[in-house]
Formats: sequence, structure tokens, C-alpha cells
Amino acid sequence: MAVSALYDRPRLASLVSSALFLLVWQLLASYLDSSTLPAPLAVARVIWLETLSGQLPYHLGVTLLRLAFSFSIAMLLGCAIGIAMGRNEKLNHFFDNWLVIFLNIPALVTIILCYVWFGLVEYAAILAVVVNKLPNVIVTIREGTRTLDRDLLEMAKSYHFSKRKTFLHVIWPQLYPFVMGATRTGLALIWKIILVVELLGRSDGVGYQLHLFFQLFDVAGILAYSIAFVCVIQIIEFSILKPLDKKALRWRR
Amino acid sequence: MSAIQINIANKSFLGDSRVHNQTIANLQLSLAEHEFICLVGPSGCGKSTLLNIIAGLDSDFEGEVTLSQRHQKPSIGYVFQNPRLLPWRTVRENILLALPEGYPSEPIDVMLETMQLTDVKNDYPERLSLGMSRRVSIIRAFAVNPDILLMDEPFVSLDPPTARQVRQWLISLWQQRPHTVLFVTHDLREAIALADRLIFLSKSPMTAVSEIIVPIPRSERDDEKAIEAFRQSLLENHPEIRSLL
Repeated sequence: MAVSALYDRPRLASLVSSALFLLVWQLLASYLDSSTLPAPLAVARVIWLETLSGQLPYHLGVTLLRLAFSFSIAMLLGCAIGIAMGRNEKLNHFFDNWLVIFLNIPALVTIILCYVWFGLVEYAAILAVVVNKLPNVIVTIREGTRTLDRDLLEMAKSYHFSKRKTFLHVIWPQLYPFVMGATRTGLALIWKIILVVELLGRSDGVGYQLHLFFQLFDVAGILAYSIAFVCVIQIIEFSILKPLDKKALRWRR
Repeated sequence: MSAIQINIANKSFLGDSRVHNQTIANLQLSLAEHEFICLVGPSGCGKSTLLNIIAGLDSDFEGEVTLSQRHQKPSIGYVFQNPRLLPWRTVRENILLALPEGYPSEPIDVMLETMQLTDVKNDYPERLSLGMSRRVSIIRAFAVNPDILLMDEPFVSLDPPTARQVRQWLISLWQQRPHTVLFVTHDLREAIALADRLIFLSKSPMTAVSEIIVPIPRSERDDEKAIEAFRQSLLENHPEIRSLL
């Protein structure tokens, strides 16, 4: 009875599920009573204090800026290369092996190599993130390009659509779900890699702070920064990606 | 002077197991300017392939297709067998997109009105019935004021009254602004009602079997008895076309 009531109200259901999560956490923390698992309130207090001192907003901002840069570069390059490889079978054949290699290099290796080759500088950090993300975008967009509807492309050709018109009105709407897919997995992947990049070679950003807290064994600090970051990613999802989806897919029945 | 010269020696598709399936063999056709031609033949014989070649969508064949010299690049209106509308653009946007830059858009609203599509002009194609989508694709082809109009069984899923109405509309547009029409159908009555000349095509590999001029004056094309009488005499006098229908 109660379950079916929740089933009909998704908002309420997600609220109850979040509350349940916090409750389990609180119970576990009280039971263990250890500094390695602080209670939710203790973590909330750290978030509040770090925000007041300006530390949290500063490091969060630095990391978000890196995220924005590397994400944009990876998406733009990835879309261009993915479309090219999806439309040109010879090109795809030639570079397919490269793609497999880059897909399988561990993130840690690219990060270390970038720092060794270019030094502990900002562009090395950005480059490491881009190299990690790029192959994923290329593969997703390539698959999308391969599924383009031939009938519609023929229609565009027979009515002498210009290149720009064909891209905007025929190709892009079909690629859009794939670009959104790459965006979602991209955000999730990139922000995890960025923390490692910062941990290994930068002196600011969320990753650097986590490193600091790790050395102090300050679990409350670690949780505070992670939760703050996850919240920001969720806000991006709900305020930017979801509305974009809704607008772009309004033609569906 | 002919508007379209078609001379296709061979058109093959690479099928499964690397065998060349010949679709068109030794096809020679010559279309006069502003002529209305109906291509009649069994389904699957390669009529759509022929239209694609004329539209310039398929250049992988042996032979030559020459479109009229007078226009550097003749504008082509192509009504495909399936409507091929962009699902993410509204009905009106679909038609507007086919127009070249700076083309007037007013005639479109008149055409939508004639085809009883005014109510749905701002809807997305997925909300339309197949018959409605078909009419939109027909408007799109007319809207570009084509020099050459290619129609691939365009009236198949329309109900008979609508089909008749669209046929009359097609003829009146063609008379107002003459252009060369290639109309594919397997309905002989429809072909007789529309065409200046019928061209019968064989099963694959496709070639022209016979060409017959329809002598019925345009003013009497609505008369179903006259059409039927001509159809009967055609079947009697040309036994070779019976197997193609």
C-alpha cells in the first residue's frame, strides 16, 4: 500500500529514498563511533565552515574551470573526428587501431606521461584529461554517424540542400542523442579523472584538497568536498542537460 | 529538343556472395520538354533505381543521363515512395527547407490549404497519418517549381477520393506551369488518366518493352468509361504488356 503510493509520486519517492540513505549512514556512524566514518551532520558542518572560509568555493571553481575547458575541447574534437570516421570508411579503417590503443591506455598512464613530458603545468593537466576522454566521444559519435538515415540524406541531396543546411537540419538532429550520451558519460568520467590529475600534479582544485585531507586522515573533509562536487554535477544535469533534452526531443510522440 | 535523354547500358548491384545483380539493361528513353510520362512495370523491377539515377543520387552505372541543356542545373522535385519528411521539423518547416534561398513562401500556404493540411502545418510529422505525410511530400516537390518532377508511386496509400483530388491538382499545376514529369505507377488506369505517353518496363533486368501514346484529350480524362475503354483496347492490342501488370 505505502509502496504503491510512492510509486505514483516519483518526487516523493526520491525524497524518501534520500532520507533513507542518510538514515542508514547516521545509524552506521553512531554504531561504529569512529573518526573514519563521521556522521552526516559532521560532514555538513565541514561543508559549511569550508564555504565560509572561501576554501571550498575556490577549489571547486578551479576544478570546474578545468572541467569546462577539457570537456569542451574533448567534445569539439571528438565530434569532428567521430563524424569524419563515421562517414569515411577508409579513414575509419586506417585509424581504428589508434582508437583501440587510446581507449585502453589507463588514465593514470596518460596523466603521468603528460606530466613527465610537459612538466607540472596547467596545459599538461588539461591535455591529460582530453586524451582520456577523446576516444570515448569519437566512438559514440562514430556510431551515431553510422546510423544516419540514408533516405533523408538522399532527400537533402535531391533538393540541393547546402552543406550547412544538411548538417543543421538533417545530420545534427540525428546525432543529438549521441552527443547528449557522450556529454553525460563524459561529465561523469572527466570529473573523476580531473581529481587524479590534480592530486598528482596541481596545487589547487578539489583533487589537491582531497590529497591534503588524505594525508591528515580527515574523512569528514574528504566527504565534504566529494559531496559538494557531486551536487554541482547534479545541478548541471538538472538545470542544463535535462531542459536541453526536453527542447530537442519535443517532436517525439 | 528533349528534356531528358536516358541511355543506361548496365546498372548492377553487388549482392550477397559478391554476385552482380543486373537491375537495368539497355534502357533508352527520350523525354520531350514538358511531357508527362508514366512508367508502368511490376514492383521491384528497378523503377526507383531509375528515378534515383535521374535525380543524380546514384552515379554508379554504365551509360549516360543528360538533363536539358537549357538549365544549367535543372531543379528537381522528387516525391519518394516513402514520404521522407524530417521528423524533427514541422510540416511547414519541412516544405520551406526544400526551397532555395530567397524563394517566396506564400504559395506554400495556398497549397497546404488545397491539400487540407492547414490545421496540421505546425505539427511534427510523427503526428500525421501516412496519407497526410504523403501529401506533405507532394507539396514539397511542387513548391520548388521543378523543371523535372519525379514521382515514385506517390498516391499509393491515399484513399480513392483524395487520390483523385490530388491527381486533378497535379494536372492543373502541370498545365499552369509546364514541366517534365516522370511518374512511376503500377496502376494502369491511373497511368492512362495522367500520361501523355506510357512506357512499359519489364521485370529485372529492366528494359523498355513498349511505348504507347495516350490519345485521350485532357478534357476527357475524368471520364472513367473512356479510360476503361482505352485500357481494354490496350490489353487486347498489346499482349506483351499483360504479364507486366
